[in-house]
Amino acid sequence: MSTRTIQGQKNLQDINQASKDGIGGSPLRPDGTLKVKGEFAYSSDLWHEDMLWGMALRSPHPRANILSVDISEAVKLPGVYAVLTHDDIPGSKFYGLEIQDQPALAIDKVRYHGEAIAIVAADHPETARRAVKKIKVEYEVLTPIVTEEQCLDPETYGYVHEPHEFKSHGHGNICHSQKLVHGGGVTDEIRALADVVVSGHYEVGMQDQAFLGPESGLAVPAEDGGMDLYVATQWLHVDRQQVAPVLGIPEEKLRLTLAGVGGAFGGREDLSMQIHACLLAQRTGKPVKIVYARDESFFGHVHRHPAKMYYEHGATRDGKLVYADARIVLDGGAYASASPAVVGNAASLGHGPYNIPNVRMEAIALYSNNPSCGAMRGFGAVQACFGYETQMDKLAAELGMDPVELRQLNAMSEGDPMPTGQVIDSPAPVAQLLQIVKDRPLPPPLDLDNLDVRTLPGALSNTSHGEGIVRGVGYSVGIKNVGFSEGFDDYSTARVRLEVIGGEPVAMVHTAMAEVGQGGITVHAQIARTELGVEQVTIHPANTEVGSAGSTSASRQTYMTGGAVKYAAEAVKAALIEKGRRRYGWTQTDIILLGGKVISEAGGPLVSIVDLLGDEAIDLTREHHHRPTVPFDKETGQGFGHVQYTFCANRAVVDVDIELGLVKVVELTAAQDVGKALNPLSVIGQIQGGCTQALGLAVMEEIIVKDGKVRNASFTDYLIPTILDVPPIPVDMLELPDPHAPYGLRGVGEAPTVSATPSIVAAIRQATGIALNRIPVRPEHLTGTL
Amino acid sequence: MEFLRPATWDEALAAKAEYPTALPISGGTDVMVEMNFDVHRPSAILDLNRITELSEWQIADDVVQLGASVPYTRIINELSGPLPGLALAAHTVGSPQIRNRGGVGGNLGGASPAGDAHPALLAAGRDVFVEVASQARGTRLIAIDDFYVGVKRNSMEKDELIRRVHIPVADGPQQFSKIGTRNAMVIAVCAFGFALHPKNGTVGTGIGSAAPTPRRAVEAEEYLAGVLAERGLWQSGDLLGTEVIQRFGELVKAAASPIDDVRGTAEYRRHSLAVMARRTLTWTWNDYSKQIRSAA
Ligand SMILES: Cc1cc2nc3c(=O)[nH]c(=O)nc-3n(C[C@H](O)[C@H](O)[C@H](O)COP(=O)(O)OP(=O)(O)OC[C@H]3O[C@@H](n4cnc5c(N)ncnc54)[C@H](O)[C@@H]3O)c2cc1C
Repeated sequence: MSTRTIQGQKNLQDINQASKDGIGGSPLRPDGTLKVKGEFAYSSDLWHEDMLWGMALRSPHPRANILSVDISEAVKLPGVYAVLTHDDIPGSKFYGLEIQDQPALAIDKVRYHGEAIAIVAADHPETARRAVKKIKVEYEVLTPIVTEEQCLDPETYGYVHEPHEFKSHGHGNICHSQKLVHGGGVTDEIRALADVVVSGHYEVGMQDQAFLGPESGLAVPAEDGGMDLYVATQWLHVDRQQVAPVLGIPEEKLRLTLAGVGGAFGGREDLSMQIHACLLAQRTGKPVKIVYARDESFFGHVHRHPAKMYYEHGATRDGKLVYADARIVLDGGAYASASPAVVGNAASLGHGPYNIPNVRMEAIALYSNNPSCGAMRGFGAVQACFGYETQMDKLAAELGMDPVELRQLNAMSEGDPMPTGQVIDSPAPVAQLLQIVKDRPLPPPLDLDNLDVRTLPGALSNTSHGEGIVRGVGYSVGIKNVGFSEGFDDYSTARVRLEVIGGEPVAMVHTAMAEVGQGGITVHAQIARTELGVEQVTIHPANTEVGSAGSTSASRQTYMTGGAVKYAAEAVKAALIEKGRRRYGWTQTDIILLGGKVISEAGGPLVSIVDLLGDEAIDLTREHHHRPTVPFDKETGQGFGHVQYTFCANRAVVDVDIELGLVKVVELTAAQDVGKALNPLSVIGQIQGGCTQALGLAVMEEIIVKDGKVRNASFTDYLIPTILDVPPIPVDMLELPDPHAPYGLRGVGEAPTVSATPSIVAAIRQATGIALNRIPVRPEHLTGTL
Repeated sequence: MEFLRPATWDEALAAKAEYPTALPISGGTDVMVEMNFDVHRPSAILDLNRITELSEWQIADDVVQLGASVPYTRIINELSGPLPGLALAAHTVGSPQIRNRGGVGGNLGGASPAGDAHPALLAAGRDVFVEVASQARGTRLIAIDDFYVGVKRNSMEKDELIRRVHIPVADGPQQFSKIGTRNAMVIAVCAFGFALHPKNGTVGTGIGSAAPTPRRAVEAEEYLAGVLAERGLWQSGDLLGTEVIQRFGELVKAAASPIDDVRGTAEYRRHSLAVMARRTLTWTWNDYSKQIRSAA
């Protein structure tokens, strides 16, 4: 699998490469080998003497009134220590990431299939399971509100949240909405300027993050009346902010430590078992552990918003876009979760990386009795990209143009405005990325004489020996924002300590960043090595003893917490040099730290770090705030709303068995501008992983919900790509520095998840000639057997 | 929960007689998953892993006697000559880990309509027998056509255990195809097993995941066997012609009675069965013709 790096202009900082494990190097992750060997301690491995096991009773109905909850039989079971309902909650009964609309335990009604109603603590998981079965709930089952039509007509179908209890910014069953108008908007006069118009309705199914480590954690009551919580999460501080009020304790009495995280992808941004474990620990005075089973995990976290979208594009005969119109309806399910941010992204990024003089957009998130949806890799941008990229292919076909050329003709670049009016003020090499994937040599055609069934659609299932197979090629490009947007100050904190241990200078980096597998801790060590000229770096466990690191999401951690580590390390460096100036009276202005020494770039070594530091430790903490943004105007969508943009282009080559509707992705090429690859190996891993998750959405991954009920809460029937489904993913990295970002870097984790799906669908479309307006594409779509 | 670990077949039968509700466990690839998902809470588990003869196979009188616990990996590695259809089916089961543990006895014990061994066993002919035994009544051979009686139900009694499966050594080409919506580790949306039996002039079929039980496409078998006999094709090895292949596919499709579920629609199952039937027939017939021609 080939990988190339294409250097842009000289990087902002001429980065000191003294340590091969500094930035720009690819030291291996400290957790990698342990994970491969099965020795890594995940949150589900936590153990405490005397601990109890917590378990929740969940609703089998998507919408029902709770008439009564009888816990008497459950409490009597030997080994049961506590059975709690919402009546037992000492503090606030609600929580939520942005809008506190979700009850910690259901109050008088349930709004989705799987909502927790009561929790049990027992001395054995089996006892807890039996106790849960003994809780008797009387329901008045109601018809769930699940379709767009039902949601938008609450007078007839009812309210998910009654008007008197409604907490979000919307109304009725609309959780959040955002409009946008750019240029002249879309009017009859504007429409008249277009020579050709293409439009379509598109649909995206409900994808799941499908992390392998189920939700789990351990709550340990402390002597001071507080609580220690060890948990796999994406943002320790925002968990604390939501949990403490429910427990009725001040935030500082709730201390969180990150436990081993088995994947996240957005699914751990919301709380899962945190409140429940803490409530049970608080009540029993004993440590309580909760681990979800796989089926419970599917109910225990939010999913990607399914979307219904309408797109319309007008262009001149020579392919210049004249206008674009879109309406994106996202199903947010029962509770708000991250819906407002998802709507903001869909509205502001939903017309793609194109220059379009006249734009209109409306994005809304509904409340419904479907499972709650919230954060998942690329949110808002993923759904929209399938819409606008399908449109680009339609338009190219209508104009008889090459689909890549059409995109390049309209591609935005640095200095162009987004439909929000925000001018892109760093490189935006959209046309170049497309050219790179287009120029890659194509994989060889199928060799029908030397067939290896593993390379065919169906693989070892032995469905074809070459019959029915047609190849297709498709292209796409996407745009994603990096960091939290719309006025949110998602700062990061880092503490860096430099001291001499065993005769060597050692740096320690302490942040609250959730390492969820992205490789953040590896990068932190690299930054400390480069900035402080040391080899030895230790990473302090992530906890709330240090300030917030913000969320491990929105492609932001290397930018934000990596930036904070850089600034803290620079402060330590400055303090060390200052110490030397005071001691030795140095006057040079070219002092750096390199290879364990303090060096004047012109004059050579001055002193070793060990001698200068002696017994002292320099220990400094810094916060990193990104440049401020503003909320989008509610009606016009205008505003400097995003911190940074990131772009990825893909080319997919697929083989489709057109008789059976089976697909094999043969190759999925990616080109992405990463600004600066702090750890090229990790960056490539992110791009390949992001492409893989996009492949899943294109051809298999969907939570199937019928009348509000989840039908496939297992890995038997929620399918994610296996190694036989993932093709070679050649990656081209561009490194065009962003002057506003630390080291010029660009967040990388999400852009390929946004862009790769439509390229695969386009390739299938080319092979089959079928329109394909819904993802994931199922064999039924390709064979007319739905 | 009792955990019973008999060392011999007789001890196992005795244990099963004493605890008829004990759940046998062989590879455990169904049993453990179902226990984790809270499908069963058996009062006792009967572990068959110490009984070495269950993991052995031998060939006697052109019949393979396949021990109930011989894992799929060994079927692929050791038996793809005598049992090509079953070996191909074994290839499609789960992942390497599952194939290292799971076997045909467990597939039969579970009797899921989606079990991949079933279409291959049905196609292998009417002389496939499941050998079961109980302490009280001794051994009996259940013909494969009588084995599957309902969704996840087989014709065994509570005190019986599966010892081995008797499968005639292939006397002609066999094939197996399975539809899944990903390219590995997938439960069948539907599956089809096919075998040519030139010795007795019959053909065998097996349909998986497209009816309450695995089943044979009887009319398709009879139609094709008739055509092969009438036209002297067994002797000539001549081309079948698209009309025959097409008709065979339609009859296989008509034999299914699938449902819509999360894995696929009934309509897709019918459609893809017809395609698999046509393709597997074409492959096996091509192989057969080549054999005839090279012999001639
Ligand atoms: C990840 C995964 C993927 C899978 N993929 C597939 C697949 O692709 N195709 C497929 O067909 N199956 C699949 N399975 C299911 C399973 O692997 C097969 O059904 C396998 O054949 C079971 O064999 P086992 O020895 O593990 O059975 P066990 O789990 O030990 O037993 C299964 C059943 O048979 C009974 N049993 C076992 N041995 C005997 C005996 N000697 N006498 C009487 N009863 C007995 C048990 O009591 C139980 O009811 C998969 C399972 C998993 C976990």
